[in-house]
Amino acid sequence: MSDQRDDNIVKIRGLCFARGQRRIFDNLTIDIQRGHVTAIMGPSGTGKTTLLRLITGQLLPDRGEILVNGYHVHRSSRAELYEMRRNIGMLFQNGALLTDYSVFENVAFPLREHTNLPDRLIRHVVLTKLHAVGLRGAAQLMPSELSGGMARRVALARAIVMDPDLLIYDEPFAGLDPISMGVVVRLIRQMNDALGISSIVVSHDVDEITAVADRSYLLSDGRVVASGRPGELAKDGSAIVRQFMHGMADGPVPFHYPAPDYSAQLLGRDQD
Amino acid sequence: MGLLRDLLFTFRAFFETFGALSLFLLRLAVYTPRALVRRFPLIVAQVHNTGALSLVIIMICGFFVGMVLGLQGYDTLSRFDSEDILGAATALALLKELGPVITALLFAGRAGTALASEIGLMKATDQLSAMEMMAVDPLRRVVVPRFVGGVVAMPFLAAIFSTIGIAGAFLVGVGLMDVDSGTFWAQMRNNVDPEDVWEGVFKSFVFGIAASVLAVFEGYNCVPTAEGVGRATTRTVVLTAIAVLVLDYIITAALL
Repeated sequence: MSDQRDDNIVKIRGLCFARGQRRIFDNLTIDIQRGHVTAIMGPSGTGKTTLLRLITGQLLPDRGEILVNGYHVHRSSRAELYEMRRNIGMLFQNGALLTDYSVFENVAFPLREHTNLPDRLIRHVVLTKLHAVGLRGAAQLMPSELSGGMARRVALARAIVMDPDLLIYDEPFAGLDPISMGVVVRLIRQMNDALGISSIVVSHDVDEITAVADRSYLLSDGRVVASGRPGELAKDGSAIVRQFMHGMADGPVPFHYPAPDYSAQLLGRDQD
Repeated sequence: MGLLRDLLFTFRAFFETFGALSLFLLRLAVYTPRALVRRFPLIVAQVHNTGALSLVIIMICGFFVGMVLGLQGYDTLSRFDSEDILGAATALALLKELGPVITALLFAGRAGTALASEIGLMKATDQLSAMEMMAVDPLRRVVVPRFVGGVVAMPFLAAIFSTIGIAGAFLVGVGLMDVDSGTFWAQMRNNVDPEDVWEGVFKSFVFGIAASVLAVFEGYNCVPTAEGVGRATTRTVVLTAIAVLVLDYIITAALL
């Protein structure tokens, strides 16, 4: 561990990572500032979720260094890694609620595992967190009884129950209706500011990210192609940024997957 | 050359899996003592899941296996005018062999598949990753209680299987085939030693370890997709059946 009170809660330096022959990250460098909502954007398949797994120590990089809250993630022992994760709340894409437990028990889970708090106090804390996400009334429901948006809010309550320093959201808007999306956008901002924490939001929903993020990084081909305030990114002149920010079907990220010549294939010449 | 290469690849894959399974079992064994203290309620719940919920299938199968043993035993023994020893013969067959072996096979089909698919689905739906991210080791929280629950439940299930089986054999032998009731029990008491009972208990304990570790190993290491979970469930049954029958031969040969 090094000094925890750095301006940047996460520092990524020269990160290289490959899956088999496929290079995902090539010399990636990113800083996540304390107290800010930082967005990591990029087309599907650029390795956004992989980056989150590297930051949280679920994957090992081939080269480079990641510091989270002062911990050298990939040089830490298992115990140190778990210590680090106690200060991180993570919201998975599908919520990842424990299906055998009620909403209340899901939110209480980290408290029961890591503290010896009496039941009355646990109840108090859990209800407070559920109230913050507007689901105090759903405490006794089972995960199978929740809508996608509700499940994500319960997961958010669970992520903040240990009062973490860093909240990580993996595609928090995917598959939500506009109302649920609006609620989640508001909650991300609210949680960050009210709890005085830092947030990383991985997403490709440009409008929502623009509404919530203080700073954005746009990834493509394993590196950062643009960074800055979301508004600045929208004005960026480079082709890849323009294509992504304006949702253009074709551009540097081609519409067509690499394929042989169309007419030759239709006429069967490619089989000769 | 191709065949030789395939053969070498298969052998290598087998030993790699066997090594990984052994290390996995070692980790479970190391974590078990603490789990017995810290996670006792979870273990009790798993004994209920794997044991109590398997009771119906174990009792029905035990009863019918016992009845068939009564019929076949009577038919075979009467050819040698030895039908009086039906009680001893069925008891020895059930206690030493059929009880532990069939219980383990039924356990793999009922509880083993449930364990593998449950853990596999937890993996596929990111529940295990979520635990990791909450600084909770899923191996200690999810896998160890299920493993210990299975190991504890198996000897009891085998004992119940054998007891019901003997009752089934008694019903057929004495009720239908007119073997003398007193002779049935007296022959059993005279010819079944405590060592025979302990052999069965030991076997069911070993089979319990094998069936449980295979189920949780397959679930924990499955490919986290619908197909991967399905394959893990199938492999659990197949591998447990092979492991139980191989172990049965080894233990029987060692104890004779």
